[in-house]
Amino acid sequence: MTGSPVSGNRAFVLAGRIGLGLGSLAITILGLLLITFLISRVVPIDPVLSIVGERATEAQIAAVRAKLGLDLPMWQQFLIYVRDALTGDLGTSIRTGEPVAAEIARYFPATLELATLGTIFGTLVGVPAGVLAATRPGSLADQVVRVIGLMGYSMPVFWLGLIGLLVFYGQLDWVSGPGRLDPTYDMMMQFTLTPYTGMILIDSALNGAWDVFGNAVSHIILPAGLLGYVSMAYISRMTRSFMMNELGQEYITTARVKGMPEWRVVWVHAMKNALVPLITVITLSYAYLLEGSVLTETIFAWPGLGSYITDALFAADMPAVLGGTVVVGAVFITLNMASDLLYRLVDPRARA
Amino acid sequence: MQLGHGFGRAAALAVLMAGTAPMALLAETPADTLVIADAIDDIVSIDPAEAFEFSGVDLNNNTYDTLIELDPTKPGELVPGLAESWSVADDGMTYSFKIRPGVTFSSGNPLTAEDAALSLRRVVKLNKTPAFIITQFGLTPENVDQMITADGDTVTLKTDKAYAPSFVYNCLTAGVANIVDVKTAMANEADGDMGNAWLKANSAGTGAYVLKSFKPNEGYVLEARQGHWRGDAKLKTVFMQHIPEGATQRLLLEKGDIDIAREMTPTDIEGLAGNPDVKVQNDVGGQVYYLGLNQKTPALANPKVQEAMRWAVDYKGMTDTILRGQWVVHQAFLPLGFLGALDENVYTLDIAKAKALMAESGLPLPLEVKFTVRNNQERLDIATSLQNTFAQAGINLVMDVGDGKQGLEVYRGRKHEMTLQTWGPDYPDPHTNASTFAMNPDNSDAANATGYLAWRNAWDPGPLNALTEAAVVEKDAAKRAAMYEDIQRQQRDNSAFVMMFQQAKQDALRANVNGFFAGGATDAATYWTITK
Repeated sequence: MTGSPVSGNRAFVLAGRIGLGLGSLAITILGLLLITFLISRVVPIDPVLSIVGERATEAQIAAVRAKLGLDLPMWQQFLIYVRDALTGDLGTSIRTGEPVAAEIARYFPATLELATLGTIFGTLVGVPAGVLAATRPGSLADQVVRVIGLMGYSMPVFWLGLIGLLVFYGQLDWVSGPGRLDPTYDMMMQFTLTPYTGMILIDSALNGAWDVFGNAVSHIILPAGLLGYVSMAYISRMTRSFMMNELGQEYITTARVKGMPEWRVVWVHAMKNALVPLITVITLSYAYLLEGSVLTETIFAWPGLGSYITDALFAADMPAVLGGTVVVGAVFITLNMASDLLYRLVDPRARA
Repeated sequence: MQLGHGFGRAAALAVLMAGTAPMALLAETPADTLVIADAIDDIVSIDPAEAFEFSGVDLNNNTYDTLIELDPTKPGELVPGLAESWSVADDGMTYSFKIRPGVTFSSGNPLTAEDAALSLRRVVKLNKTPAFIITQFGLTPENVDQMITADGDTVTLKTDKAYAPSFVYNCLTAGVANIVDVKTAMANEADGDMGNAWLKANSAGTGAYVLKSFKPNEGYVLEARQGHWRGDAKLKTVFMQHIPEGATQRLLLEKGDIDIAREMTPTDIEGLAGNPDVKVQNDVGGQVYYLGLNQKTPALANPKVQEAMRWAVDYKGMTDTILRGQWVVHQAFLPLGFLGALDENVYTLDIAKAKALMAESGLPLPLEVKFTVRNNQERLDIATSLQNTFAQAGINLVMDVGDGKQGLEVYRGRKHEMTLQTWGPDYPDPHTNASTFAMNPDNSDAANATGYLAWRNAWDPGPLNALTEAAVVEKDAAKRAAMYEDIQRQQRDNSAFVMMFQQAKQDALRANVNGFFAGGATDAATYWTITK
């Protein structure tokens, strides 16, 4: 038997791949930090003046400069920045005087909640719709999916959101209005319930406060549906094109000739192959929603990451802008890693 | 067609969630809670010694009290607050205030004359921007321990000059003179800040409400206190939501999800007509709209350019359209309602005149000017109108748009060229606006006198300095009024300012909400009087 040298080789290759993966992850994160660091040094805003105010004396300014490490050489400042960022210290917001990490910890869960629901909705509806369109090209179903998709692509989110509010909240009264909770429930959440994650749906459920949960659902359903619709439009178009491609392959003809039921041909054979690019599409649209959709957040008075970064930008609050950028970057990197891992699960060719 | 309720909900939820979810709750605010929507992103700090923006002063008016108050039901009338009575000695420089017994702070600490003295001294020692309202009586961090003293139940305030007594009393109604529980503040002191950082997220006053939570740019929650000396607030809770969009506020108000909408555009207000569930409350406002021209920019110090600008504003066009119902033309720095207010508007839109003046200025045309504007629909509307008419006169405005706080910092640092700003009086006395629009004792950068708008625009008012100083000690009211009229005319026609509009406040309320006072031209909002 020649098994042992071969398996030794395999273990070696696997270890190498993991090492390579981690190495590239580290380099990506370092690159991200380097870029945000450089941006923070290029912008014409003096962080010291923002902190000490206008009345400060020269000595006070020098003291703060030293405290912030701004008197050190650039490379040393960068190392300190990396060290702080890795230990979760993203600096202090100039607007509010609060640590940026603590503020993002408050805003990001609101976005996470919204983006996750939106992506689930977009996937659950978008994939079957895309498959339906691909299996009956040119049919009425295909046309309907195309038109609905096109609307999701081309209509401004701002307009869709306002119309959604007017119709479902203003006229029909099916959902609650802007904000994450009604004032009564908001105060219950703030003053009587234990926050675990910052995501109201999860926290209220963990506290067993089902009335709060219900109110949160009635608030999130419209913005999440809106984001879900936009990502559904994208996912269904991509699913259709991937599936069309697979359904034209010879192995599909072979399967059909062998008398395999059509649903099995589509959902098992073709879908398995379309899944690899589809994972990338879904992950990317999830990452896109996690950046925080500024317009959706504005219309729905949703205190999420998108409006946090935008407000910070308007207030020239650079630590907050950079902190938000680092978080968005980290989300992208993490989701990329996750989709890499998923490839390996569904595609044997990707597994060493 | 309206679908049956049960079916409608089921269908909507099935479509949106593809699963089960509880239904939307009835849209109505709780009976004991007041829900207000406003744009509160102007707040820099809610420490009374530092708060100097409208939203922050509105908040503090309900969590703190002053020694002397303005009666919200009778504009301009002084009534006892934390002081039961007050008097001035014959020398005109020594004021005594007898403290009301039995008042407690939200911490439970009893209010004493010593507390009141400590609180006023704290303002002088911290010396934040609004401190000038108090320090203008000759108080400094060094002398304040001798100038403000407590003895038994009486606080004594000494001034450096014999001012008109009403001037002193009026100043003590301003937000900066709110009495803070200094013992509690000092217990939360960090780096010698006298509790300033802690008071940015907490309240420590004797007010009808206590601050339960404060989230910058999101909102705040106030809770009514039991046994308040003025009588308890009618509503147990005040819930303020930061909602900058007027259209969103209108939707929420008409649905009954908020009780008061305070940041609606004229279009939103007009859209409410015919809805019996809401009402619009008109009030006079103390704010004035003006353009500030930084005199460090040589072209803007040119009198011809300044005059050209005054003829290049479409005053009537704006108040008839974009500002309808919210602002009226008012070309003087004292709002109508104040002693000495000037009710004459001499400038109109006259492009030909403006163009001719620009040609006389000797500057290469078109003149390019950076224009700092806050990111807010109304201001952007005004700025767009100005951009249009100024361009016809030969002045190209390059917009620099930022949020309220960013714009304020640029302005206070004298880093703007031209800026669109509003100004609200700090206390109901003409000196409040005269001393900022027509006075600037030291125009140097080092003076850092950000409380003076003239300083912020690097403008030296010259002889107006002396005229303003004379007016504030003039005891004859009619004579004093005439002096202010003269100062206003001079400032209007020859200064770093283009005076444009006075505020006409419109708040939209649910029909069942009563007793809301927006504060008129002289005071801040009161929540404790509201019933519903």
